[in-house]
Amino acid sequence: MAATQVNPTRMELTRQKKKLATARKGHKLLKDKRDELMRQFLDLVRENMALRQKVEAGIQAANKNFVVAKAGMSEETLHTALMAPKQEVYLETDKKNVMSVDIPVFEYKTRTADENDIYSYGFAFTSSDLDDAVKSLADVLPEMLRLAEAEKACQLMAAEIEKTRRRVNALEHVIIPQAQANIKYITMKLDENERSTQIRLMKVKDMMLEETHHYKEKQAAKAQ
Amino acid sequence: MYKIAVMGAYDSIYGFAALGLDTFPVSDIQEGEKLLRRIAEGDYAVIYITEALAADLKHEISRYQEQVIPAIIQIPGVSGNTGAGITGVKKSVEQAVGSDILFGGD
Repeated sequence: MAATQVNPTRMELTRQKKKLATARKGHKLLKDKRDELMRQFLDLVRENMALRQKVEAGIQAANKNFVVAKAGMSEETLHTALMAPKQEVYLETDKKNVMSVDIPVFEYKTRTADENDIYSYGFAFTSSDLDDAVKSLADVLPEMLRLAEAEKACQLMAAEIEKTRRRVNALEHVIIPQAQANIKYITMKLDENERSTQIRLMKVKDMMLEETHHYKEKQAAKAQ
Repeated sequence: MYKIAVMGAYDSIYGFAALGLDTFPVSDIQEGEKLLRRIAEGDYAVIYITEALAADLKHEISRYQEQVIPAIIQIPGVSGNTGAGITGVKKSVEQAVGSDILFGGD
């Protein structure tokens, strides 16, 4: 029995059939979308994990270097050294569409091309450990940006996959069976109506024949 | 043209200033929340945030999860790695697949 009340009419039947066809098509498309998203997501998430491990190791190493650098000079000198950075990093952002998910693409530009501009201080009053520390951090920066790109993409794709999966499941387990049940209900009801009409007509025909020819009376007369 | 922000305890992030990233030292949580909101609505496409601070600002961070920009990325601070970043990656696998089939054994 259908979960919702539907009118057992031909018009409703056509509508339900159309709905079923659309739902089937949508289901197939969404399933394909989900599968493709999943394939790309798995590749991306592996890359994301690898990048993250690399970046975390890199930053930790850099942090150690900074601690060493800090130990070798006074805090004031350190702060002053890093107070006015020479270099600046800008991001050019773009969007890439992967299976209807917008994922960001970052491209970074530095204000000056000289890679030695990361040392924003004179070398006279700072320890060489600071140079190493800054260098080690600069080395992880490109990977950090890749990480940002990959991780954001993973988050967005994961959300989209979840949504798509829900839609696929809703179509597969709710909408399609419901439409099928409705169609079955309507066809049964229509068939039933047709049968009852037919029987009624047969009965009426019998009655009309009886009225004109009086078979029963004749038969009774013959028997006597 | 977007910029990159780094948030966290001063000791964890001062090095990034030399590279040309904008550093935002944060010492208390409420101030951090306000700051994050201001940065996220500003011209920053990527916000790196230390894991320690991110743990306190979870609610604020989740608001930007579904937006393309800004990307809020956790990085380990000077006090060590809490594993929150890795957990985040695992969580997105779990969200997409239903269970963590890739890195479950790690």
